[in-house]
Amino acid sequence: MIRFVVRRVLQGVFVLWAAYTLSFLILFLLPGDAAAVQAGGADQGQPDPALLAKLREEYGLDRPLYEQYAIALVKALRLDFGTSAQSGGPALSAVTDVLPQTLQLTATALPLAILFGVLLAVASTFVRARWLRQLLSALPPLGVAVPVFSVGLLLLQAFSFRLRVFPSMGNEGFASLVLPAVTLAIPVGAYLAQLLSRNLRSTLALPYIELVRARGAGDARVHFGHALRNAIIPSVTILGILVGSLLSASVVTETVYSRTGIGRLTVTAVNNRDIPVVQAIVVLVALIFVLTSLLVDLLYPVIDRRITFSRSALVLA
Amino acid sequence: MTTRTLRRAAPAVALLGAAALLLTACAGSTDTGAAPSATSTPTAGGNLTFAISVDSHCIDPQQVGNNDAIAIARQTVASLTIQDPATGEIKPWLAKSFEANADATSFTFVLNDGQTYADGTPIDAASVKTNFEAIQALGAKAILGSTYLAGLSGIEVIDPTTVKVDFSKPSAQFLQATSTFSLGLLSTSSAALSIEDRCAGKFVGSGPFSVQSYTPDQKAVLAKRTGYTWGPSTNSHTGEAYLDTVTFTVIPEAGNRTGSLQSGQIDSTAGISATDLPLFDGNGFTEVNRANPGVVYNLYPNESTPKLADEKVRQAISKAIDRDEITATLLTSNDVDAVSTLSSTTPYFSDLSSDLAFDLAGAQKLLDDDGWVAGSDGIREKAGEKLSFLVTYWQAPKEILELVQQQLKKAGIDLQLKFASIADVTAANAAGTADFTYGNLTRSDPDVLRTIFSVKGQNVNHRAASSVDDVLDAQAATTDTDARQKLVTEAATQLIDEAHSIPIYQLSTTIASADTVHDVKFEASSRLDFYDAWVTK
Repeated sequence: MIRFVVRRVLQGVFVLWAAYTLSFLILFLLPGDAAAVQAGGADQGQPDPALLAKLREEYGLDRPLYEQYAIALVKALRLDFGTSAQSGGPALSAVTDVLPQTLQLTATALPLAILFGVLLAVASTFVRARWLRQLLSALPPLGVAVPVFSVGLLLLQAFSFRLRVFPSMGNEGFASLVLPAVTLAIPVGAYLAQLLSRNLRSTLALPYIELVRARGAGDARVHFGHALRNAIIPSVTILGILVGSLLSASVVTETVYSRTGIGRLTVTAVNNRDIPVVQAIVVLVALIFVLTSLLVDLLYPVIDRRITFSRSALVLA
Repeated sequence: MTTRTLRRAAPAVALLGAAALLLTACAGSTDTGAAPSATSTPTAGGNLTFAISVDSHCIDPQQVGNNDAIAIARQTVASLTIQDPATGEIKPWLAKSFEANADATSFTFVLNDGQTYADGTPIDAASVKTNFEAIQALGAKAILGSTYLAGLSGIEVIDPTTVKVDFSKPSAQFLQATSTFSLGLLSTSSAALSIEDRCAGKFVGSGPFSVQSYTPDQKAVLAKRTGYTWGPSTNSHTGEAYLDTVTFTVIPEAGNRTGSLQSGQIDSTAGISATDLPLFDGNGFTEVNRANPGVVYNLYPNESTPKLADEKVRQAISKAIDRDEITATLLTSNDVDAVSTLSSTTPYFSDLSSDLAFDLAGAQKLLDDDGWVAGSDGIREKAGEKLSFLVTYWQAPKEILELVQQQLKKAGIDLQLKFASIADVTAANAAGTADFTYGNLTRSDPDVLRTIFSVKGQNVNHRAASSVDDVLDAQAATTDTDARQKLVTEAATQLIDEAHSIPIYQLSTTIASADTVHDVKFEASSRLDFYDAWVTK
């Protein structure tokens, strides 16, 4: 197991480096830079070339690509991602300042999504009425397809603007968390429901279920006692993907609901070509991915005793 | 409710309605005079929430350049002078008097006694010097202020209340610049703060409000400064601000801003889209609108390209644009046509609409005479080259240039549009290869023409020096009102007649508020001013 973990940690380091480098290259290749945005922003007319040159020098953008990259990478190894072009403060603290807000949002949305996903999946295989079963099966694809943006605006319209139950903006108190968390839980829960109901259906068709039924187990016992436990394993595998989709959906959710957080910060930083801040976000998000997938792998043997670590890989015994 | 019950209920409802009308009529007759004055007299206290759409992560008045950040920053600083929004005249504020020498190279300010920064330190001549030096030290970070101080050669503290500022070349714009937030005064200790702390709102200001808290991407809360008694003469009072706090909430999504204002979750915003604005006209809401002073939205031809070096082509483009149609179809009822390169709220503006009249036949004749012949696709050609241009832009509303495109097509001119991000557009324009650039610049001084058009300024036209540059320099070197008016009109006329400037429309700012909000005003530069604002509780 130790060899396995060491190997995974090394892989994780590589992923972090690759994410860092790719994001640096992409931002460098995009037209425009932080200096141009700052000097030529809204309502400022064309930027003055002399001013632009001075700003570029201040931000180190006048240096060649490899030099900028090398300087940034060496600094990043010491967890110094440089100075935000917008606020003049450390890029890393810009990210860590808002991280708790996003964690709070995703931590509320994830259980909701799981609850929503499991309930929908079970209901769609459990109900007898064919029309209801078809209706329930149609919901997850719908939930996945509808843009988060529209869901957010619809919920706002109904529960904030008309019924005035929840605030339309901000990060203050539990009330401001409800609508964004539900908005975020809908696509993620729908995705989970899609996957889980497919697995449930195929599990229910397995021969051992017939055996369980033959021994006189009722529908409920077959579902919850036997099929669900087996069907849920593949869902744990996609936990990493779920965390990813939560983070990417938070970009839209935080914008629609005017919440601070990693998502909003990403939008602002990319729009302003604030490379240091974007880099700090990318590394942090990559780190979350690496840790989640490691956690998932370490969980397998706990969930399913048949899975064991063999030298450096997981194997099904 | 069925139709039958409805029909039965109708008379009762009608009766109730009539009774209500009678009651209100009675109330009206007994309260005449008292009721209106109760709502029109400002009352101190209360809080106001104003929504902005973007946050640039910095609210330091000496650094900001973005309109939303300016709305926050402006309230925290007082300035040496104030510009009268009605006349454009520069009047005393922190300085009780000021004078410029004849060639606008030296300016002397005499400060009022007893004015202090929020930390209690006096607003004296030495602190003015510290401020201007701090802006110079910020360099390019002080986007606007550093250009206002360009050419500054020395600051002399003559006595505790007198300061003299010298320039190495004429700088008539400087007097107006001292009225802006960019040269607004911060306490001496603020000059020593890091850029980060300044951006985060840790500075100590001289204005009617102080920063209470600032959370980037969420909100900035400003609190009334107690003991502030030096409001400028252009406002309706001079004592402390009326509001206890002003909260600027960042709401990036336009639909959320509209809904939040409708449902009373915010009190006021300047960020309602033109299509939603009619929702806030009466019906519990009010609107105020003002054109932004400065250079209107323009297409600036790049005259280093052979096609646009041809004056006839540029003139034809300007003639083929129907400015009435643009304002009538795409903008709000508050908006007016561009009638000069300068907007109508800019000091020294004059109406040149006769030079900007829509004249499709005239445009076609100019191009015919110039040898541009319509090709099979309707687009004109000469020597195998098409009369086709590309403009990259980011400004909303997007539809404006799309309409211009259609209008130009009728004259056989092809305008290709590329809508992009600010960063993309700035990069494209900086390369100098664009056919046209598109934009405006807010500044309440006609020197903005020199900033944009002079070959020594931004030279948006990429052109060689010509007689208009001399006129632009001359207006910057005179402080005589009549002489400056003549020179500014001459410069604007030349820019339009030679089609270096192709005005499109005037940008204006509209504030929509709940009708409990009163007197949120525009200062001369159409920046928001909350000093006189108050709320009905």
